[in-house]
Amino acid sequence: MIKTDLLVIGAGPAGLCAAVAAGESGKDVLILERSHTPGGQLVKQTHMFFGSEKQHAATRGFDIASILLDKLNAMSNVRMVTNATVLAAYDDGLWTADILGKYEKIMPQAVVCATGANEKSLAFPGCDLPGVYGAGAVQTLMNQYGVLPAERAVMLGAGNIGLIVSYQLLQAGVKVLAVAEGSARIGGYLVHAAKLRRMGVPIMTAHTVKAAYGKESLEAVTLWALDDKWQGIPGTEITYRADTLCVAVGLSPLSELLWQAGCKMLYVPALGGHVPYRDDNLRTSLPHIFVAGDAAGVEEASSAMVEGTLAGLSAAEYLNAAPADIKERKNDCLSQLAQLRSGHVGERISAGLELARIKEAAGIC
Amino acid sequence: MRINTHPILEFKRGAAVTITFDGKPIEARDNETIAVALHAAGIRNIGRSMNLHRDRGLFCAIGNCSSCMMIVDGVPNVRTCLELCRDGMTVETQHDKGVLA
Repeated sequence: MIKTDLLVIGAGPAGLCAAVAAGESGKDVLILERSHTPGGQLVKQTHMFFGSEKQHAATRGFDIASILLDKLNAMSNVRMVTNATVLAAYDDGLWTADILGKYEKIMPQAVVCATGANEKSLAFPGCDLPGVYGAGAVQTLMNQYGVLPAERAVMLGAGNIGLIVSYQLLQAGVKVLAVAEGSARIGGYLVHAAKLRRMGVPIMTAHTVKAAYGKESLEAVTLWALDDKWQGIPGTEITYRADTLCVAVGLSPLSELLWQAGCKMLYVPALGGHVPYRDDNLRTSLPHIFVAGDAAGVEEASSAMVEGTLAGLSAAEYLNAAPADIKERKNDCLSQLAQLRSGHVGERISAGLELARIKEAAGIC
Repeated sequence: MRINTHPILEFKRGAAVTITFDGKPIEARDNETIAVALHAAGIRNIGRSMNLHRDRGLFCAIGNCSSCMMIVDGVPNVRTCLELCRDGMTVETQHDKGVLA
């Protein structure tokens, strides 16, 4: 049985920041990470981040991961274990994990769940062919491991992930034939869209995939136009000879462990799926369990980092190890989050967050 | 195919190891996952669907989706997108739910 003050599940942007904030309190922190490498999706982000200096703006994602890991490595009370998949949460506060192939029991005083999100799929004929990938998978292949998915790609989705991964495909030498976006407008930042347009990649709004074809793996993709009721319009089909189709149609929170632990949950479409109710301290309906990052509602890495810091501070406070300036630091996190959530995408997220908010006993001034 | 030149990234390749995929030797690196090594060797069909027995490829590459599960050194249901290559590792296509020895 492993005992720790704080268990942080997931070493992505939210988990790393939670561990840094809680680690500074001097409490024992154990971070369990499923992958063999910490950093979560940061390690494959080659673009420079937006936001403000506090969220490492103008720094590339993989460099942000290194900065956070350096901070953690300097703390003797923080322990990171990779190849460690948390399996279950029990009523008596026990958690179990597969750590390097061994079944382990963990008894933490508090938990920050920063498990991230899962790429959504889309049902269409041929959607299970090898060569149809989540866009994040292609990013992992190319940017983390330096391996190409194949040669000719179609991207489905013009949100930030679809736009950024399309550009990264071009950087890696893959031909991007088209980006199709179901809605009538590009969802991601126009600065990313403009980079693609300058490279001659068509971005087709109000278009989606009709079918994917291939004998053993993907060989062709047919797109078609959508009417204003999102129905395909016969006669508008365009077929591309493509060996790669990237699906970038959103993410859903990986909140299973919170379900299992008994946190009160709510389905919020604007946040990508089922999320735990949480107060302004990111405390769930269970007093010792906190949530941060995409597991709390799908946003992006900058807000995940700020949420991680806030959850880490809240966990330290729960463990009676709050820093003297905790009120200022929490308020700073909240104002950073408000800033990151301004704009039309942020409005939708903020409305979703309000639905899952525990209003009483927030304890924030 | 491995990327040799990239405008932003520099790839630190690990030590060369050999794994076998359904009996065939595959050159791999010890800091890449099984699924990545197979991709680098041009093999994208790595999983099989349980009912219709259709080939499956990578979908999420980070351990969520179960699309890449294979038999590794005799152990079924290994997520090959997470498991790093080791020299002499045996990787086989899994056609059923798998049985633990």
